[in-house]
Amino acid sequence: MILNVEKVSFSYPTRLVLSDISLTLQSGGFYCLLGPNGAGKSTLFALLNRFYPLQKGLIELAGQPLKQASSGILQQIGMVFQQSTLDLDLTIYDNLRYHCALQGMPAKLAKQRIAEQLHRFDLAEHEYHSVRKLNGGHRRRVELARALLHKPTLLLMDEPTVGLDRNSSADLIAYVRQLCEQEHVTVLWATHLLEEVAPTDEVIVLYQGQILAQAKAQVLAQQSGSGLLVDHYMSLTGGEYV
Amino acid sequence: MYSKAYGIAFWGILRREAQRFIHQRSRFFSALIRPLLWLLVFAAGFRSVLGIAILPPYETYITYEQYITPGLMAMIVLFNGMQSSLSMVYDREMGSMRVLLMSPMSRGFLLLAKVLASALVALPQIYVFLVVAWFLGIEVEWLGYIFIMPVLLLTGVMIASLGLILASLIKQLENFAGVMNFVVFPMFFMSSALYPLWRMREANEWLYWVCAYNPFTHAVELIRFALYSKMNWQAFWIVICVCGVLCLTAVICFDPQRGLMRRQMKP
Repeated sequence: MILNVEKVSFSYPTRLVLSDISLTLQSGGFYCLLGPNGAGKSTLFALLNRFYPLQKGLIELAGQPLKQASSGILQQIGMVFQQSTLDLDLTIYDNLRYHCALQGMPAKLAKQRIAEQLHRFDLAEHEYHSVRKLNGGHRRRVELARALLHKPTLLLMDEPTVGLDRNSSADLIAYVRQLCEQEHVTVLWATHLLEEVAPTDEVIVLYQGQILAQAKAQVLAQQSGSGLLVDHYMSLTGGEYV
Repeated sequence: MYSKAYGIAFWGILRREAQRFIHQRSRFFSALIRPLLWLLVFAAGFRSVLGIAILPPYETYITYEQYITPGLMAMIVLFNGMQSSLSMVYDREMGSMRVLLMSPMSRGFLLLAKVLASALVALPQIYVFLVVAWFLGIEVEWLGYIFIMPVLLLTGVMIASLGLILASLIKQLENFAGVMNFVVFPMFFMSSALYPLWRMREANEWLYWVCAYNPFTHAVELIRFALYSKMNWQAFWIVICVCGVLCLTAVICFDPQRGLMRRQMKP
C-alpha cells in the first residue's frame, strides 16, 4: 500500500471541507478521484503535499505517517497542479532544471533525467523554447515531465485536463496510463469528468467532503440498473451531475 | 537530505532569481536609472543648498554627490528587496510558490535561500552603478569596492527578509502599491541616505529620533563607512541584530498556505 488516508477531516475557518474520509491506494494503480468542483479534491491534495497541516486523522505515505515524517518524504510525490505553475519567462529546460535543483539532484543526473523526460513527451525540439510560446497541451506535458523528474512513487494530478481541448486531454490521459503500466507509478487523478474514467480504473467518489464509494468503475457501473457509471454516480450524489 | 543537496537547491534558487532578473531587462534599467537620476538631477540641485560638514568617515569636505552615493547604493538594495517581495506575492498568486514548497528541503531553508539569492542579485546592479558613478567623478579607494560586498549582502538580507514579511501580510498583488507609500518611501526618506542626521535634528527633533531608530539609517551608515574601508561597529551590530530578528520573523510568519487557502475558499 502506497497511501493510506484514515478518518481525515479538514475545515477552513468557515466550513468543513473534508469529513472523516478514508481511502487506500495500492502501488501501481490508476485511481480516479471523482467529484464535482468544491468536493474537496484539491484540499485533499494540499494535505497530501503538506501545504495544509493535518487537523484530524492519519495520512501514511509508504508506511510513514506524513505528519511526523521529515520534509524528505515529499520526494515520493510528484504533482501536477490544476493551474499551471510553470515560469512562463523561462525555457522548458530551465523550468525542469529548477525543479531538479529543488530536489537536490546533481547537475549530471538532472541533465540525464531532463533529456529522458523531454524525449518521452516529445518535447526535445522545444527544449529551449520559452514556456510562454507553448500551447496548453504542451505546457501540461512539461508539467507532467517535471513531476516525474525525481521518479516519484505517487503521482497526484489535480484536474490536469482543465483548459485542454479533447485531443490534448486524450493524449495526456494516454501518457499517464502508459506510465502507470510501464513504471508502476501510482496515479491519483482528480477529475470532475466522467469521460476520463476507464472501466478498469479504480474510482473514488468524493462528494461534499465525504467518500461515497471506492471500487472499480465497471463494478460501480454494474450497481446501477442501466450499467452506466453516470447513473450510479448520480444515484450516489442525489442526482447531481459533475 | 544531505548538505550537498541543500547546496544544489540554493544554487538552483539563485540561478532562477538571476534568470528572472535577466529576463526583466526593464527592471535592471530602472534599478540603475533611479539612483542615477538622484545623483545627476537631485544632487545637482541640492549641492548649493545643502553644505556637508566634515563628519565621519569623511576626513575633509565632500560634495553632496559623494555624500548621497552610499544612500543611493542602499536605495538599490531597498528597491531590489521590494521587487523580490513583489515577485513572491506574484508567485503565490500564480501558484509557482507551490513548486518551491514541493521541495523536500525544509521550508526555513527554502525561504532563507530565496532571501539570500535576492540579496546576491542586487550586487551586480550596485557595482554597475558604482562604475557609472566613477565616470561622474565619484571616486572610491579600490579596497572600498571589496569592503562593501559583505556589507551590501547583509543589508540585502535584512531588506529581503522585510520583503518576505510584507509578502506574507499582503493579501493581493494590487495591495503592493501601499507598500511603496507606507514602507519604502518612509524608510528611505527618514534615514541618513539623503541628509546627515545632524541636519535633520536642526530641522525637527522628533524626526531626528525617528531617523536615528530607522534600521535603514544604520545600513546606509554601514555602507558609507565600508566604502571608505572603515567599520562602523555600532551600525554593524544594529544591522546584524535587525537582520537576525527579521530573518527569524520572516521564516516563522511566512505562510504561503494562507494564499492557497484563500484561493480554495473562493466560491
